[in-house]
Amino acid sequence: MLTLEGAEIAQGGFRLTAELSVPEGARVAVMGPSGAGKSTLLGAIAGFLPLTRGRILWQGQRIDTLAPAARPLSILFQDHNLFPHLSLFDNVALGLDPSLRLDPAQRQAVLTALDETGLSGLEDRKPAQLSGGQIGRAGLARVLLRARPLILLDEPFAALGPALKRQMLALVGRIAGETGATLLMITHDPEDARLLSDQILVVAEGQASPPAPTGALLEDPPPALAAYLGT
Amino acid sequence: MTRPAPALLKGAAALVAAALVLLNLGALGAVAWRAEGGAGWGAADWAALRFTLWQAFLSAVFSVALAIPVARALARRRFPGRGALIVLMGAPFILPVLVAVIGLLAVMGRNGLLNDLLALAGLPRLSIYGLQGVVLAHVFFNLPLAVRLLLQGWARVPGEHLRLSAALGFGARARFRHVEGPMLARVVPGALAVVFLICLTSFAVALTLGGGPRATTLELAIYQAFRFDFDLGRAAMLAAVQAGIGLAALLLLARLTLPEGRIAGLDRDAPPPPGGLSKVTDALAIGASALFLLVPLAMVLIRGLPWLSDLSAGVWWAALRSVATAALSTALLGVFAGVLTLMALTRRWPEALGMAALTASPLVIGTGLFLIVNPWVDPAHLALPVTALVNAAMALPFALRALLPAARRAEADFARLSASLGLSMAAHARLVLWPRLRRPAGFALGLGAALSMGDLGVIVLFAQTGGETLPMQMHRLMGAYRSGESAGAAVLLLALSLGAFVALERIVGGRHADT
Amino acid sequence: MRYPTLAAGLFMASAMAAQAQAPVLHVLTYDSFVAEWGPGPQIEAAFEADCGCDLQFAAPGDAAAMLSRLLLEGARTDVDVVVGLDTNLIAQAGPLMAPHGVETALDLPIAWDDPLFLPYDWSWFAFVYDTTRLATPPASFRELIDSDLSVVIQDPRSSTPGLGLLMWVKAAYGDEAAAIWQGLAPRILTVTPGWSEAYGLFLEGEADMVLSYTTSPAYHIIAEGDATKAAARFDEGHYLQVEVASIVASTDQPELARQFMAFLASDAAQAILPETNWMYPAVLPESGLAEGFQGLIRPEPSLLLSADEALTLRDPALAEWREALAQ
Repeated sequence: MLTLEGAEIAQGGFRLTAELSVPEGARVAVMGPSGAGKSTLLGAIAGFLPLTRGRILWQGQRIDTLAPAARPLSILFQDHNLFPHLSLFDNVALGLDPSLRLDPAQRQAVLTALDETGLSGLEDRKPAQLSGGQIGRAGLARVLLRARPLILLDEPFAALGPALKRQMLALVGRIAGETGATLLMITHDPEDARLLSDQILVVAEGQASPPAPTGALLEDPPPALAAYLGT
Repeated sequence: MTRPAPALLKGAAALVAAALVLLNLGALGAVAWRAEGGAGWGAADWAALRFTLWQAFLSAVFSVALAIPVARALARRRFPGRGALIVLMGAPFILPVLVAVIGLLAVMGRNGLLNDLLALAGLPRLSIYGLQGVVLAHVFFNLPLAVRLLLQGWARVPGEHLRLSAALGFGARARFRHVEGPMLARVVPGALAVVFLICLTSFAVALTLGGGPRATTLELAIYQAFRFDFDLGRAAMLAAVQAGIGLAALLLLARLTLPEGRIAGLDRDAPPPPGGLSKVTDALAIGASALFLLVPLAMVLIRGLPWLSDLSAGVWWAALRSVATAALSTALLGVFAGVLTLMALTRRWPEALGMAALTASPLVIGTGLFLIVNPWVDPAHLALPVTALVNAAMALPFALRALLPAARRAEADFARLSASLGLSMAAHARLVLWPRLRRPAGFALGLGAALSMGDLGVIVLFAQTGGETLPMQMHRLMGAYRSGESAGAAVLLLALSLGAFVALERIVGGRHADT
Repeated sequence: MRYPTLAAGLFMASAMAAQAQAPVLHVLTYDSFVAEWGPGPQIEAAFEADCGCDLQFAAPGDAAAMLSRLLLEGARTDVDVVVGLDTNLIAQAGPLMAPHGVETALDLPIAWDDPLFLPYDWSWFAFVYDTTRLATPPASFRELIDSDLSVVIQDPRSSTPGLGLLMWVKAAYGDEAAAIWQGLAPRILTVTPGWSEAYGLFLEGEADMVLSYTTSPAYHIIAEGDATKAAARFDEGHYLQVEVASIVASTDQPELARQFMAFLASDAAQAILPETNWMYPAVLPESGLAEGFQGLIRPEPSLLLSADEALTLRDPALAEWREALAQ
């Protein structure tokens, strides 16, 4: 279970508070108006923004004091998920060993992850030689390989077309299913939320609300979400 | 994102910082400490100060303004020999002053090619002597540097942005406003400051082409205080004023420097460049700058080549010593620049410290070190290491200018990813920073080697007979009526400097280091 | 006391091998003296042939650099003999020196009886021109002022010839010096930091005349077989550059130092100087001068300010010069 206890992130004039918990294995869509602080919330959980108050716990253990890589999670950003000068293989392999000194078993694991994400045969390509979908898959291959219990997605597929995005979400679902990971995913699209998530976490007006069941929330959205969804 | 620096790096940074502070402040302090009595600041000093600032300002503005069209043309056009042209056009910057001035005079002097052409056309002859000559020579030296610095700015414009502007049908003005302008706003202040600082300590050029005491710079006043008045207090005071101006310029630069943008691409290739009129202006920019920079070089070659086979063994030995000094200097530069670049990702002081060498008077550094070393060791024994150390410090500002923007960019783009994957400082440096920094690092080290090769600074104070370097030997030949052999030595020096530059840039930088 | 670093060691190896146990005579001089084509190597070989010692030159630049090195090192200096100061610089060095003790009669155009500084060569400052480009050179500063010629001179603040010209004008014109400089200003193409740059500009054809020495043409005649360079004779007379050697009072080799001074005034050393330093020998050797020196101008009168006068006049003269040329 991921718990945010009296958490507060303040940046300049901006303030976001969160008092919530996410059960293990849940798939949560993070929604809310643009600029409400969705990325800020994920950034704080991932360790890129310090808390000004409160704590973040995973399975009862405090994680907000840990370095980003030491936290039990993988994160995919909107962009810059791959190093342009490294090959696809190396980019994914970084998930296993940050100094890229792999033993044969690890190399095999990387190849397997590439295979499972439909990237076989592209190992030697640089990101510039990959399509948008392949870049998305590469990020997911690394998430799969890291097998952390918590996956944070900061709209990594926002730039993809609807069909491609659905493919990616399906892949995310499969990976989360295989690893039993808890998923937090920022999205603007209620369709994405229906497709993949069982709960929605609304971020609005400086507050991150506890997750509520997807169906119910979309049927009868609270005012802030309703205004955002335009319903 | 801050990542704690490992203890080893912190220790190295402390050592580098200590060495640089000793060089910059210690040397000045040693001179001031030995001074006796006070020193007045007279009307002539005001005049020298005014001229120093004015010529440095003009030189910086002209060098950078002229570099913009040249760098843009070179950045977006591909033609056979482009790489070689870029390297060759860099040569004036690494030439010893004397050689470059002679080359420049062969073209623009009273009997130069240009005036011969003007005379043929029935036009009046141009005079290179005076403020215009000083600025012209400084532009000759610094245009290549400005072009290189701006080229790196263009190289950092993501191919995606150029694609976008092509897709949106941007004309030259729109492209400048939305793509090139913002990039230039980041790169130009730094380039201006570097050229300004270089010209601030100008001495031989300003005097030789300045036409007389009107063109007195502070550095000349320092020289006079040392050599003829033996007034160390006055030398220290003038050097402090000079350093103060330099530091003020650096502070101004720090305020003007904009943060690197957060938007980057995936190193995709740029789209084909615009055609039409811009093709013509690009060709003109490249052609004119190549003529301006390369014809004087060609004159140096033409005059010196026939003498190359007549050079005595002493000259060749001096060349060997220069190569050894340059090698040591380059190694030191690599350590200094590497450590300071890593530290500068999270702090501001390493950059300021690294740039500080530009503000110091070479003469004061040399004399100060001499005073520090002399009571303990025969300075002649330290000629090589001290020269290498000073040369490394002198090249450091250029190295940092090349490395830091690229490093900060890489950090802005990838520090989060690196941290989320748990890359250690060493792995981050090896896997993320180095591939992004190879190219500027190759340039920086090549430049350091070449500058060290042509340096005629502190070595003169320290070297004893039998320890001459090639520039010293060349200067001596010239001082002994042997202008022919001196021209031959100049060709050798030019070849060594350029060779070192090209070799290091290729070996360290790789051909296509970051794609 | 030696602390050879590994790197410096490479460079020092040859010097150290030659050192053995023989007493060492440290001679401070200017750099063109020790160049392989300069007098240094021959002087060293000739002196070491029978002194049973090791003569070591140090050359930190030109004559002014040499003086500032000496003053910087002060009492700690290990220099025994200084070779190459000229009369404009010796006033500052005087307090550091000991009598040279050489009694040899000198062939100088002026009387010389300084107990501390021993002349070893000399020449007159003069404007050198190219006879193919200039048929009738000016015969005085005033003629130069009235001509449309261009000259290159050296900066008196950074070079000894430049300082020499300053003293020349002062010695010839006294209180009128400022007016002469004002008249010369339009004729001066540029002012260079040192002799090399000025002479280089002249050889490039940038200027019609350059401030150098009456003996400069001898180099072109003897070494290059080129008789087109000549020095212009000025009616006011020409200022002398007298190069001197002296013993540093703190020397730990006083005997050897005196022996070297005597050697410097001897035929053996004096015969070497004209065609390596391109100056007149202070004592005419028995073999006389090479033919290339015979046709040179021998101007009269010879001008020379005493060391003390030169020092006193320097700052006011510099101010005059700067004032006149800065307009």
